Amino acid sequence: MRTGSLAAARAIREYGEVPLVRLGDLPEDALVVPLSGIGAPTVSHEMIHSEDEPKRIAEEVERVFGRPPSAVMSCEIGGSNGVAPVAWAAQLGLPLLDADGMGRAFPEVQMVSMYVAGLPADLVIMSDVAGNVVTIRPVDGLWSERLARAVCVAAGSSALMADYVLTAARARGAVIEGTVTRALEIGRATEGATDPLRALREQLGAARLITGKLTDVERRTTGGFARGTATVEGTGDDRGRSLTLELQNENLVAVEDGRVRAMVPDLITVVDTETAAAVQTEGLRYGQRVTVLAWPCDPLWRTPKGLETAGPRAFGYELDYVPVEELTAHG
Amino acid sequence: MADLPELGIGIDVGGTNTDAVVLDAGGRVIAKAKRPTTPDVTEGLRAALDAVLEELGPGAQRVTRVMLGTTHATNAILERRNLGKVAVLRLGAPATTSVPPLSGWPDDLRKAVSAGEAVVGGGHYVDGREIGPPDLDGIRRFLDGAEAEAVAVTGVFSPASAEHERLAEELIRAEYGLPVSLSHEIGSLGLLERENATVLNAALYGVAADVTGALAAALAERGLRARPYLAQNDGTLMTLEHAARLPVSTIGSGPANSLRGAAYLSGVSDAIVVDVGGTSTDLGVLAGGFPRESAAAVEIGGVLTNFRMPDILAIALGGGTVVREHGIGPDSVGYRIVREALVFGGATMTMTDAAVAAGRTPPGAAGWRESLGDMSERNADILERAVAVADEMVVDAVDRMALGKSGRPLVAVGGGAFLLPARVPGAAEVIRPEHAEVANAVGAAIALASGRVDTILPAGDSRSEAIERAKEEAAARAVAAGADPSGVEIVDVLEVPLSYLSEPAVRVHVKAAGPLAR
Repeated sequence: MRTGSLAAARAIREYGEVPLVRLGDLPEDALVVPLSGIGAPTVSHEMIHSEDEPKRIAEEVERVFGRPPSAVMSCEIGGSNGVAPVAWAAQLGLPLLDADGMGRAFPEVQMVSMYVAGLPADLVIMSDVAGNVVTIRPVDGLWSERLARAVCVAAGSSALMADYVLTAARARGAVIEGTVTRALEIGRATEGATDPLRALREQLGAARLITGKLTDVERRTTGGFARGTATVEGTGDDRGRSLTLELQNENLVAVEDGRVRAMVPDLITVVDTETAAAVQTEGLRYGQRVTVLAWPCDPLWRTPKGLETAGPRAFGYELDYVPVEELTAHG
Repeated sequence: MADLPELGIGIDVGGTNTDAVVLDAGGRVIAKAKRPTTPDVTEGLRAALDAVLEELGPGAQRVTRVMLGTTHATNAILERRNLGKVAVLRLGAPATTSVPPLSGWPDDLRKAVSAGEAVVGGGHYVDGREIGPPDLDGIRRFLDGAEAEAVAVTGVFSPASAEHERLAEELIRAEYGLPVSLSHEIGSLGLLERENATVLNAALYGVAADVTGALAAALAERGLRARPYLAQNDGTLMTLEHAARLPVSTIGSGPANSLRGAAYLSGVSDAIVVDVGGTSTDLGVLAGGFPRESAAAVEIGGVLTNFRMPDILAIALGGGTVVREHGIGPDSVGYRIVREALVFGGATMTMTDAAVAAGRTPPGAAGWRESLGDMSERNADILERAVAVADEMVVDAVDRMALGKSGRPLVAVGGGAFLLPARVPGAAEVIRPEHAEVANAVGAAIALASGRVDTILPAGDSRSEAIERAKEEAAARAVAAGADPSGVEIVDVLEVPLSYLSEPAVRVHVKAAGPLAR
């Protein structure tokens, strides 16, 4: 269930609407707090956040910086981490910044635009359902990931986290702007549309890789991540074709007949063919009728540092990155 | 009487018709009837029961079991009628407070059901640690102020750690004397969906009493000393005592009955089942004799739940579907088919007319072809095209459900099964079993009871032992539902690894089923 949107609806009812602000609307020294929930998706369906978690993080931010935060930002616009910040902003009485740290979803904490832009990952603040607050001063992004994950597991695989707390001045060029507005546009275009899939494709400028059904989902859990493959066999006009997705919590590489059709950091999304609703990797099940879409990531991810952080090799695929526009243009 | 073979009656309440069948001890259909479903459901049920009893004559005394699949619970929720007031209690504070109970419920349903909501201390983490001890005083404070007819208790991670829910139940029964629904007995992981299902279950206690009362009364009035059972959404049965505690699991029994009936009548356990009705056609898949289940969350009356329901694809094609110059349906003449279709002397072209014109007639309706009479070349063309369009819809739907596995047979059931072509690409053959028009009632009549367990287990060395325990628990639940302990088998084991955990863990789902105990 969409706990993020239920929490947001409740928080708006309880605390009032959340203004959306652009980076340019904020004073240079205004503090922006990127917030995200971390944990296992299956756990998050059961262990829902406490309403007190954002407040404890905001208090800690004020203690560390000597002034209160001015806005909340989503670290990750994809998935429930894109909607839940509306609840957190409402609970804190703060506006939401029209930006995020990914322009998509990624599985690891260091895979954010702030890291790619070279901001130091020297502060992580976490709070959990029990009321614990943990402040970490890691030496770099990899330690940040390692320590945050350990705290998360100890906290029952569910926690709220602020990292890269930054001023509006430093956020410029280090966050991906306009993504909340874009998400809202996608919602407006697809909700109630007679052909939601077409509306979604047009809004995203996405290529349709295949329409079919999931015929094989193979999963294994290694190093805490759900890896695996999913195969979609074409139906209708795509009958006879077959597309295989490589998964590591996200869809990372799409292969057809040994040919790569799209790869990370470009976006590969599995959606329900009828409703155009996204199907997350843990929700993939044999027999679902789905369409696989692919579209370009933010240009920041195509820089050398961006590809080093979240390109195919960062996930262990021996592939040279080729933009999805080129891969789909030939075929 | 002991030396005479026993009989069983299956009744299925559908949207349009209430069907009843009688099976003899050898499992043969020896009587069947179709009656219109009435708004109160119960009258139609009695009419169908009377019809088959009349056919049986004195043999009626040999009926030992009556199995009912009914829409009482669904209707009560959809119409917000006869629902009990439920005190909604969640054990999990301070966790989960960002989404309180009944978030996202339609206002009118919430008003009809809720006697108040509270989140108090208790519940568990994924690894089995307590979030906190169960806040028994918090429970008392909440219930002291609530005017409730029942209590729904949902603990965080109760499918893996149920003890706090049980403690709460003990307290509530002892100190308040109220019936209690415990979420771990009702749903799987997914707190809000399981909580929703638990609340609906508690709200349906009154409806369950009405149904079981009506069924027991109907049997008593007719002098039947048969044991009654209710059908549930996985195609198995439960005793009335069990149904009284888990009324919510009767929701969705119709499609499940149809699939199980198709399996039984055709003798095939892996197949695509196509149930053609008057307005729509439901496609489902039989895997090992049971309905393949849907992975999607199921919405009931505007509320998301995490029931496992048969994976059904419905398409707008039925015997009464209206045929026009440029295509068919989605509207249907429904009940009025007996007046309006061409074969019945009416003036509306329907799919029944199109099928008959194409030489597809139901058994025992050879005369329909003649009653179509002469028709213009134009109308003949329209009907011919309609059949082609309908066949294409069926082929596409079969393909969508078949998951690329061709070679399985297609079992055609339902009153409109004659609409289907003799061959369907993607299916090895089309099987049209006898009594296919009452397959749903047959599905209710073939007696299996089941139990299931859904939990999280460590993936390490202790895994296989833990899975054995889960199997034992599922089997015990099947016996509690009415199964014969000596005949219970594990029919499904599903393992899904969980990610982002330090200790590898798997989510395990186990289902056990067996024939009803005598």
